[in-house]
Amino acid sequence: MPSGDRSILERSPLARLPDRALKYGLTALAALILALIVYFFVRLVGESRPALARAGVFGFTFDKDWNVSGERFGALPLVLGTLITSALALLIGVPVAVATAIYANELCPLRLRAALTVLVELLAAVPSVVYGLWGIFFLAPKLQGAEQWVADRLSFIPFIGGGTVTIPNYFIAGLILAIMILPIVSAISREVMATVPADHKEAALALGATRWEMIRTAVIPYCRAGIVGGAMLGLGRAIGETIAVTIVIGNAPQLGSHLFGQGYSLAAVIANEFGEAQGLHRSALFAAGLLLFVLTLLVNAVARVLVSRASRAGRTTPAAAAGSQPIAGAVAGA
Amino acid sequence: MSAQSPASGQFARFAVSPARRRKDRIARGTILAGTVIALIPLALLVFYLLRKGLGSWSPSFFSTDPTGNTFFKASSIGGIKSAILGTVEMVALASAIAIPIGIGTAVWLVEYGRDSWFANLVRFFVDVLTGVPSIVFGLFIYIVLVVGTGSSYAGYKGSLALALLMLPVVIRSAEVILLLIPDALRESALALGAPRWRVIFSIVMPTALPGMVTGVLLAIARAAGETAPLLFTAAATQKTNLNLGQFMNSLPVQIYKDVTSPTTAVVDRAWGAALTLVIMILLLNLIARLVSRRSRLA
Repeated sequence: MPSGDRSILERSPLARLPDRALKYGLTALAALILALIVYFFVRLVGESRPALARAGVFGFTFDKDWNVSGERFGALPLVLGTLITSALALLIGVPVAVATAIYANELCPLRLRAALTVLVELLAAVPSVVYGLWGIFFLAPKLQGAEQWVADRLSFIPFIGGGTVTIPNYFIAGLILAIMILPIVSAISREVMATVPADHKEAALALGATRWEMIRTAVIPYCRAGIVGGAMLGLGRAIGETIAVTIVIGNAPQLGSHLFGQGYSLAAVIANEFGEAQGLHRSALFAAGLLLFVLTLLVNAVARVLVSRASRAGRTTPAAAAGSQPIAGAVAGA
Repeated sequence: MSAQSPASGQFARFAVSPARRRKDRIARGTILAGTVIALIPLALLVFYLLRKGLGSWSPSFFSTDPTGNTFFKASSIGGIKSAILGTVEMVALASAIAIPIGIGTAVWLVEYGRDSWFANLVRFFVDVLTGVPSIVFGLFIYIVLVVGTGSSYAGYKGSLALALLMLPVVIRSAEVILLLIPDALRESALALGAPRWRVIFSIVMPTALPGMVTGVLLAIARAAGETAPLLFTAAATQKTNLNLGQFMNSLPVQIYKDVTSPTTAVVDRAWGAALTLVIMILLLNLIARLVSRRSRLA
């Protein structure tokens, strides 16, 4: 016993082996994920270099001519299509999602709350391609008449009015996206609203506020940052959404002339053209993917910061960290 | 204040003015209307999916492969056997890859990494993965395994793309569950002389298991419905193929291909396939819910 009493309690080097192995093995696993992402990113940049070198990053992003046979690849119609449809999705989806969250948290009879939550989350379980199928064969034809009516009445407003309504168009794509982001925005809003201290709400009611005044003065200001963060996560989803948009946007590589006309988006162009693409065209599609990747990265980073700040203000449980998956988050938070 | 008479005049001072009451009613009505609007698409979707999907279901729908014969009768276009088998097989392989890696990473984050800078970096990158559009995962795998190896599409490449997609979901949900395990449990085991690895395998993992199963099932459900990552990694065949080294069909890709068809019978096949896919995913969700209810942690 060279080192005195302590060595009786110590494990032999052999017994310590599995411990070390596990620790370093798991660390390697975590490091592997980092390396993988960095490697993918570098390769993606490498593959898109020919197209970016042709026009420069700026030229590629803001040139408005996407012409495959002419070997001209300007991504502006795609970028605009992505932005228009995502903006529409937020415009339509966020108010509805927040209303659902307020209703479920503050106004709903307790018995209905669980059922309402499950129903909204069911929307998240429907695959993207099924939304596309439903959108193009049910929603778009059913709404065409109404869209034409709106377009005719509002013909004095540029972009919205005038023109002939086609079955696949920007508006339908935005509407489908709104439905698709509804569950995540609603789930995060609900989670953030659950962090509002009961004291605040009770104080508002005790001062004579009506229910709505209580919601407006105690609930909404408290969780504004969290709701904005949830909306940004929804925006990230909407920007990256591929198949549903590809099916209902029309896939016409032109600068959108009006809201009810056909267009294209960054994700849709990849899904639609990649199979037959060669050479520079393929490189341009990789560049579109890179643009998409960077765009979602920025939006998601801002969203994360907002959501984590908002939920940290309320409580310290880690449940809000799982907000990325509406159902998982809600299950863990319940 | 001294005279507590029940005369109505006394209480009028505390009554809400008609204007405020009206505003309250309008606001609550608007919120309720928003909630109803949120549920309308779900009702329409389910109704339409059932009507169209059940119409195209038949025993042969599940036992035959899709064919290219789209110009003939509905009976000759075939079913979705290869798509179902392909989806099941590819998702199974994706799960076999993503679940061990994901749970291992989560265990590392909670048990070893904790709040170190490296652990936070890993968390950040996992968040990055969560936000990556699914089609970009397809591009990643395409670059590395199709361009990189000079070979063509294959089922296992599709599985890898799906595994990438599942990873962040598995890691995040497992991490949340592991964090819920009280430290006292770990400390008691350590105090009894158990080494770290035994604490993890005999105490932490069994306690967290039901909760982690929930997250895993949700990740599987998400992967099963994805089309975009499979388009350029596995897709483009109609024959039943159980070899993961070759082209493989899947339900979402089959639906995506059928949507663009001008033939009504083919579109009907897409509806039938869509109903099948949605039912598979809902079953996974349902099981996840039941398991999580059993869990003592969540």
